[in-house]
Amino acid sequence: MTTTLDELLVSASREIADADDLKQLDQVRVRYFGKKGLFTRHMKELGRLPPEQRPLAGQAINQAKSRFQAELEARKNAFEKALLDERLAKETIDATLAGRGQNTGGLHPVTLTLRRISNIFGSVGFDVVEGPEIEDDYHNFEALNIPAHHPARAMHDTFYFDEHTLLRTHTSPVQIRVMEQEPPPLKIIAPGRVYRCDSDLTHTPMFHQVEGFMVDEAVSFADLKGMLYEFLTAFFEKGIQVRFRPSYFPFTEPSAEVDIECVMCGGGGCRVCGHTGWLEVLGCGMIHPEVFRFVDIDRERFSGFAFGMGVERLAMLRYGINDLRLFFENDLRFLEQFA
Amino acid sequence: MQFSEAWLRAFVNPTLETHELVEQLTMAGLEVDSVTPAAADFHGVVVGEIIDLKPHPDADRLKVCTVSIGDQSPLQIVCGAANVYQGMRAPTALVGARLAGDFRIKKSKLRGAASHGMLCSEKELGLAEDAEGLMDLPADAPVGADIREYLELDDSIITLDLTPNRADCLSVEGVAREVAALNDMACEPLPVTEIEVVHSDELPVAIDAPEACPCYLGRLIRKVDPSAKTPLWMHERLRRSGLRSLGPLVDVTNYVLLELGQPLHAFDAAKLEGGITVRSSRPGEQLALLNDQTIILEQGTLVIADNHKPLALAGIMGGKESAVSQETTDLFLECAFFAPSMMMGKARRYGLHTDSSHRFERGVDPELQHRALTRATELICAIAGGEAGPVTEAVHQGALPERPAVTLPADRACKLLGVELTAQKIESILSRLGMKLEPLPDGWRVTPPSFRFDIAIEADLIEEIGRVYGYNNITQRRPLIHAELRGNSETRLDINRMKDLLVDRGYREAITYSFVDEALQAKIAPDQSAIALANPLSSDLSVMRTTLWTGLLQTAQKNNNRQQLRVRIFETGLRFIRENGTITQEKQLAGLAMGPVYEEQWAETERSVDFYDIKADVEAILSLSRRNASFVAASRPALHPGQCAEIVTPEGEGIGWLGMLHPGLEKELELASNVFLFELAQEPILEKSLPSFESPSKFPSVRRDLALIVDQTVTADRLLETIRANRNLALKEVKIFDLYCGPGVELNKKSIALGLILQDSSRTLIDSEIDAVVAEILDRLAMELDVKLRT
Repeated sequence: MTTTLDELLVSASREIADADDLKQLDQVRVRYFGKKGLFTRHMKELGRLPPEQRPLAGQAINQAKSRFQAELEARKNAFEKALLDERLAKETIDATLAGRGQNTGGLHPVTLTLRRISNIFGSVGFDVVEGPEIEDDYHNFEALNIPAHHPARAMHDTFYFDEHTLLRTHTSPVQIRVMEQEPPPLKIIAPGRVYRCDSDLTHTPMFHQVEGFMVDEAVSFADLKGMLYEFLTAFFEKGIQVRFRPSYFPFTEPSAEVDIECVMCGGGGCRVCGHTGWLEVLGCGMIHPEVFRFVDIDRERFSGFAFGMGVERLAMLRYGINDLRLFFENDLRFLEQFA
Repeated sequence: MQFSEAWLRAFVNPTLETHELVEQLTMAGLEVDSVTPAAADFHGVVVGEIIDLKPHPDADRLKVCTVSIGDQSPLQIVCGAANVYQGMRAPTALVGARLAGDFRIKKSKLRGAASHGMLCSEKELGLAEDAEGLMDLPADAPVGADIREYLELDDSIITLDLTPNRADCLSVEGVAREVAALNDMACEPLPVTEIEVVHSDELPVAIDAPEACPCYLGRLIRKVDPSAKTPLWMHERLRRSGLRSLGPLVDVTNYVLLELGQPLHAFDAAKLEGGITVRSSRPGEQLALLNDQTIILEQGTLVIADNHKPLALAGIMGGKESAVSQETTDLFLECAFFAPSMMMGKARRYGLHTDSSHRFERGVDPELQHRALTRATELICAIAGGEAGPVTEAVHQGALPERPAVTLPADRACKLLGVELTAQKIESILSRLGMKLEPLPDGWRVTPPSFRFDIAIEADLIEEIGRVYGYNNITQRRPLIHAELRGNSETRLDINRMKDLLVDRGYREAITYSFVDEALQAKIAPDQSAIALANPLSSDLSVMRTTLWTGLLQTAQKNNNRQQLRVRIFETGLRFIRENGTITQEKQLAGLAMGPVYEEQWAETERSVDFYDIKADVEAILSLSRRNASFVAASRPALHPGQCAEIVTPEGEGIGWLGMLHPGLEKELELASNVFLFELAQEPILEKSLPSFESPSKFPSVRRDLALIVDQTVTADRLLETIRANRNLALKEVKIFDLYCGPGVELNKKSIALGLILQDSSRTLIDSEIDAVVAEILDRLAMELDVKLRT
């Protein structure tokens, strides 16, 4: 034997410690453990010992091997960990930089508001129905109990195409169209564009309304009050003061306008509510018997309520928009605020 | 309807503060639009009398006045008004007074002359917008009295925004009647005094159109004093109702209109030739109106005429020629009832709207004429003297409106309102409103008063009951709803899903007007004729859109002008087309993209949006409806001829367009960069096919890549179709993964790299089978499209 096991172990430990990287470490492993390695040589010499010495010597070699292997493994792990650490450090990025690709866009505030209204009424089974925007005189006026020359027509500045064809001035004609087609019970919401020949600070020639109506046996004004109160509470997501004020629409009777406590000032009075503390948000009433006559619904058996609301008005109150005209300018800096 | 609160309270005076009264009116359906003070907030002004007047020594236009203010010693006040005269009584602001606009009066010197106060005009007291000279108070104005008390200025002006059904409240008496009913108080009609008839002259009155004018009353009043002045109290009440004083004769007619709601007209009797006829206009007749407008009368217009000519537009406006003036001494006073059905829309046809037409259109009390004429006579004679003649009455009783009784079943009001009301309560409310009730076994027969044109059916009565009981006293409840499960189609998509998809792909929703600029749209869609509005607001909103691109392009343009160069917007809505005389209104979905594909950022190289970017968006929409549609190269005037595709269904139906805006239009519209557009009809893309399951193959797929040299004119679709014509079921998919033209490829050719994916559902394919399929495909490509393998 050229070197003793002890000497071998000392030199192996030194070489493991001296290895600079995984490659050198592997060379150390081969030098000691390879086919012609130093430990292997010791194992081969074992056969030349007398049989009674072999177990002891074998045990010594195995012990030395284990120690060497443990040292080697530890050193290898250290190298691997260092490598991983280095990689992790190298791969570290600035997580605060923006993500890549397309940004999301957004829906128009009128659509957001319309969806809200439809969802709230949809929750108790109101169906959404749309109607034509170019309407005939019959559905827009006549069947809603607004005959020619009725003073109420002066309140609707109507865009005409010819004597009988016009742009609908409200979504109420959808009421007629549905009742012509379907028998009660009915629960309908009709959102859409409407048009009036008027343009100034607080009027645009096109805007949006939602018409809603319900026809059934024994529907009452108290029901109308309850439904609209719950709608307004749901829409503004808070309990608000609501008042019903007698008004006049040719197609409902009794008719009412609905005011809510000003959401800007809480009812104390401000510019938005004209210092009254109240904001008019809805028109409503019990469907006029004359309207039922036009659509051939039995007035003795059925009653119904109808209501109409301006969508831009509700959107303005909900989002604090202070200028109606912004809705149709489609300035991206305006649209970007809604999603 | 605008009036002084004090005037109303002279009729009925409930113990309510102003704000309570106003609230009560609003909550009863007579909406109060505004409440404003009758005069500016000022103090320290008294009635002064100018007892002496001297020219200012150093200023031509100024006068030095000695003004008596009652008990205290007279004041010296320098005044510049032209109308000042000795003996005049005028409002005098004392030293220390505060006038409108926080203007304080101090002792001062004007061009060296001491001035201890100021003589005031109506403007300075906030009684008028403008004034010429001092306010000339009546000679009996009590010198030294506080002007606020003397003119009763601590009053409010109430403006009602009345609904068209409440014509009965277009007078102070009418509002008073309502207030009395609401407070359960009495309100008797205003008593009038019959004036002694002094002469017996009459003008004959004939009614040719009794349906339109069932009742016409008139009388001659002679020898009125043309120099008479409207008394201050009347002047002030008119002012508080928003009317200017126009001389006592006109003022009285206006006053009675406000007081009782009856329009009257005064003719200068000297200008009339013969009797009065109420008739339809004759062809070619003209009339010069009081407002200096001369109208050509449409045939069938109701006029008041004398023997020779029309004098007035009945119920709307008098003529200039026969009007009373400052010289009038004899007048003919008209007081008529014109039927609302005849009046409706008439004034508007001539572009007119007057206090008179407003009332007649909505309905004037047909029982009021005699009382109103008597009241006006009484006032004229009191103010301007004059001798009244007998009342000439032409009345067609049968043509006067009737108020038929309405039957109200006992439980009907409670059912419709959803509230328990006793019979007593209902009776009380209706009687307070002047209705006559006759009990029936199960309800009432209700006869409304003559002035309530709006009560004709049961619902009208129920509204009155609800209104007076108070809508806010009706307890709200939740309506009972039938629980009905509705169908829920899985093959019908909601447009909201597509809108959400576009939002997720970076688009913002725009809402543009449905009417657009005709000239602009003609450039974008010259092949479509747009439906024009008969009465557009302006030329840039004059025709209905035939494509949503018109509005989207304008939106892009406006945003470009605001330095927004990256635009990605979409819109949904109708387009309007007239085809063979019928109007169709089609729901569309359209989008526009321009500028960089992505917002500027560090990780993406900046690239402008191109055809294939928005094609991907359109394909994403179509994939929602699982629709196979092809994009066929086509042309459309608005689009680039080389970058334009029509979207066509397998059945050959065109459902939309996609492409780049024509560079010519881009330049003309001054857009900042290339613009890409798409528009789809909603109806076909909302139909979706139901998924139908197919088991995936358990065997491996094989991919073969081919590099082909293809003629430039051969489209990808053509290539793929030719390959798919191979009916071998193993060919599952064909991918185009590269496209190249340039060096190494012949001019007019392109190199296309294809991946063919083959798979069988029952076994693993062997090489020879695959080779056979590929060879067959290559043969067909070579034969049909002259395609070669790239070497």
